Amino acid sequence: MKSLKKKKMVNRILWYVAVTLISLTTVLPFVWTISTSLKSGGEILGGSMNIIPKHFTLENYKEVFATMPFLNYLKNSLILAVGGVLTNLFFGGLAGYAYGQLHFRGRKASFMIFLGSMMIPGIVTMIPTFMVLRSFPLMGGNNILGQGGLGLINSYWAILLPGAAGAFAIFFMKQFFEALPRELGESARMDGAGEFKIFWRVYLPLAKPALTTLGILTFQSGWNSFMWPMIVLNADSMKTVQVGLAAFQYNHSTNYGPLMAGTILATLPILILFIFAQRNYVQGMAESGIK
Amino acid sequence: MELTKRRPRRHHSQNEQQNIAYLFILLPVVLLLLFAAIPIVMALFYSFTDYNVVEKPNWVGFSNFAKIFKDEYFFIALKNTAIYTVLYVPLGLVTSLGAAMILNAHHKGTGIFRTLFYLPVLASSVANATIWYWLLNPQYGLFNKILGFFGVNGPAWLYSSKWAMTAIVIMSVWMSFGGNMIIFLAGLQGIGPDLYEAAELDGATAWEKFLHVTWPQLSKTTFLVTTQLLIGAFQVFDQAYMLTKGGPGNSTITLVYYIYNKGFGGLNMGYASALSFVLFMIIFVFSAINMKLNREGE
Repeated sequence: MKSLKKKKMVNRILWYVAVTLISLTTVLPFVWTISTSLKSGGEILGGSMNIIPKHFTLENYKEVFATMPFLNYLKNSLILAVGGVLTNLFFGGLAGYAYGQLHFRGRKASFMIFLGSMMIPGIVTMIPTFMVLRSFPLMGGNNILGQGGLGLINSYWAILLPGAAGAFAIFFMKQFFEALPRELGESARMDGAGEFKIFWRVYLPLAKPALTTLGILTFQSGWNSFMWPMIVLNADSMKTVQVGLAAFQYNHSTNYGPLMAGTILATLPILILFIFAQRNYVQGMAESGIK
Repeated sequence: MELTKRRPRRHHSQNEQQNIAYLFILLPVVLLLLFAAIPIVMALFYSFTDYNVVEKPNWVGFSNFAKIFKDEYFFIALKNTAIYTVLYVPLGLVTSLGAAMILNAHHKGTGIFRTLFYLPVLASSVANATIWYWLLNPQYGLFNKILGFFGVNGPAWLYSSKWAMTAIVIMSVWMSFGGNMIIFLAGLQGIGPDLYEAAELDGATAWEKFLHVTWPQLSKTTFLVTTQLLIGAFQVFDQAYMLTKGGPGNSTITLVYYIYNKGFGGLNMGYASALSFVLFMIIFVFSAINMKLNREGE
């Protein structure tokens, strides 16, 4: 009996050692980044491994804002991420509701096409999508045939439009809505409520937890996305935080202090969101995984 | 009387419901057409042309595809992507499943550790790559400093054609295992405790319990995670772009990176489209193999 207790004790200690070690590998790089961002250039390259800066400085953060229009990048990223959240919640919710609760011909087939579209590698459609956006008629200096200008390239629309109602959002909301009882809608219909009103007033309020999770996931993927924004937003005034940070790394590759400060600033919004919505976060990750 | 009165009204409302439903899915369907269906057809068309944005596309038949199989750089990119995939998929699977199994224990503080394990998933690939760019600095980076602490002379990492891809794989596993860990955790929590109790009564060791209970019970989750890992691995771009720009000596140029260079760098849209279809096929074949392996395992 005693040896069993002892064995349990040893197991528990081993467990704490293991999780602490793993946590160190995930947390230490961020701690080191914060630490570097608060050190002077001399101290960074001085070679000591102290976490607490000898001479605490905010110079690196000032330099981030001085060498690039970082506030503007933040604004662009915020508009694109929040815009993506709003459109995906509304249109994804609306379509997800239609697939989960309403009957219509072609329901199954069209849903399968949405699901199938998630399997297409992004790079395959990137080149033609760029062309579609570039030749949008009457936009960005284009004529009615979509020629002559840049179309929607270098505008927020180049990101917002293709991603306004992602297949994932529709799928995610359908999963949620189809689990709700149909009787709710039926009784509202008896009372003479219109279909949109039933969606908006009866079902959507019940979907708050799912909408929160979807909103968080959409915000994160929008805020963190890199390749597509880099391709379609190349004017400096339109760049996102990620694209700006990547360019900064390219141009000032050895300026580690400001580079780390920029990294922290680019990550802060997601971190704050995570702290406020931790429960939904982890739950959402798990739910989105179980397809 | 009641019934006959009700039926037409219901019929009418169902018809109306159908039209409303079409209205509800209208925008997503239009966007799907505009940014997925039409682009796929366009990409297919481009891949048979010499389209270069500036001039009108000319039909060139299969010559883009023929060129791919003689393209030395394509094979370099293919080889690099294969190396990345072969390392990343198993490592990603083992680390995320391992972390999930560790966190599935009931000790105090599990929630906090779950959050800490998850931390890298929050940051963008650009942010994570920038951090690793600093960590892997041969002279001042934390990595080689810690190695030096143990008397090991660390390699030049991103500046070494031998080590650059390894570094990218390590970083990619580090930044993504937390996400798959959560999926595995959900899977583990779905396994009934009675299965483990029965195995314990049979005197099963921890390894036997894993082999005969955990692994078979997780087959669906494992399939999902491997599929996502595979698809992600074949399309790796951000890390290679950020950390090495494909170098040194083309040792980290990946397929998507090569397509990006050809298409958006060199404006060879026709050739790039053909390349992207070859990649599509590769992903398709491997996903199918993965699916078959999963079915046989069941």
